[in-house]
Amino acid sequence: MGKRLQVDKYHIYQDQEIVSLLEEIGITHVVWVPDSTLGLWEVALTSSPAIELISVCREGEAWAVAAGLHLGGSKPLVIIQCTGLFESGDALRNVLHDYQLPLYGLIGYRSYLNSESLPGDSCLKFTEPVLAAWNVDSIFIDSAEKKDQFKEHYLKCQQAGRAGITLLAEGRA
Amino acid sequence: MTSARMSTADSLRILHSARNDEVVITTMSTAREWTELPSHPLDFVYVPSSMGQASALGLGMALAQPSRRIVVCNGDGCTLMNLGSLVSITAAAPKNLVLLVFDNEVYEITGGQGTAASGRRRADGDSLDYGEMARACGFQKIHVIESVEQWELEVNQLLTEEGPVFGWLKVAPVPGGAGPRSPGPGPERARAFAAALQSP
Repeated sequence: MGKRLQVDKYHIYQDQEIVSLLEEIGITHVVWVPDSTLGLWEVALTSSPAIELISVCREGEAWAVAAGLHLGGSKPLVIIQCTGLFESGDALRNVLHDYQLPLYGLIGYRSYLNSESLPGDSCLKFTEPVLAAWNVDSIFIDSAEKKDQFKEHYLKCQQAGRAGITLLAEGRA
Repeated sequence: MTSARMSTADSLRILHSARNDEVVITTMSTAREWTELPSHPLDFVYVPSSMGQASALGLGMALAQPSRRIVVCNGDGCTLMNLGSLVSITAAAPKNLVLLVFDNEVYEITGGQGTAASGRRRADGDSLDYGEMARACGFQKIHVIESVEQWELEVNQLLTEEGPVFGWLKVAPVPGGAGPRSPGPGPERARAFAAALQSP
């Protein structure tokens, strides 16, 4: 079992809070490669009767598994870290652009709120321009005051039938 | 490499004949050969692809559609590019997923260069054993298919036994084999395929 959430200013969503939100918007599967922030949601995710948690080994797989789930009629959500966004570019390109599937991703932005464990973390240099380069409708949640934007953006993208990404600021790696 | 290996085209013709209402995902060389055969609404010709992701795509479909059989026709190069997906598949353990690896030991559509698993590219000269790889990754149903005759005998078992099932088909490369062509625009094909999946 994963660690319980340690609530502090570097964790914008509490574990049960995010899971309740995912249930509310109808997510059926979370396909993920966790990091030290997102991974704190594992217990709550696995406890949800409405959501199936699918662990994959590398982030490119996550987009393809989500694509298969979507084609099969499910409502998947990809949860990965920004380093996984870097790794999974070709898979993302394929499903979001070649096939124009309206998949959604929640991507943790490593070190944005606290880079003391990785001073000079190059994620801070590359995450936003790489995300912009993929030309996916995205929002950035960098404070608790903005956390309602995730649901709004997800529903807007689903209604429009297009892909979307929420970039979620994280604390130290 | 020996001339006794079956051809990818012959092995796919056998699968095509045995197939009923299974979803069949093809990619790279298998897509090139599969599109020479009569099409089916539950074909997903994964071209263009993100190389290596057909197995992951099939995993997602299998989980979303547990009452349908999902057959993924992968290449050996594709398999090597996403070996972790073998572990992801057995972790989720969908009973309705069949992963077939058509192993010709080369990257055929780029000119036939040896893969890192082929004997010609390995220091000891021995090709790697995909059956043992699959077993180590957690597959319990593993079939090693070395001839047309054997494939004809075993194909129905692969299509019906409880999965996840792994089939390693040793096939011959096609010298100068062309790359696969997409049968049409991806978004339209994806929508049509999704609609076919939702139909009873």
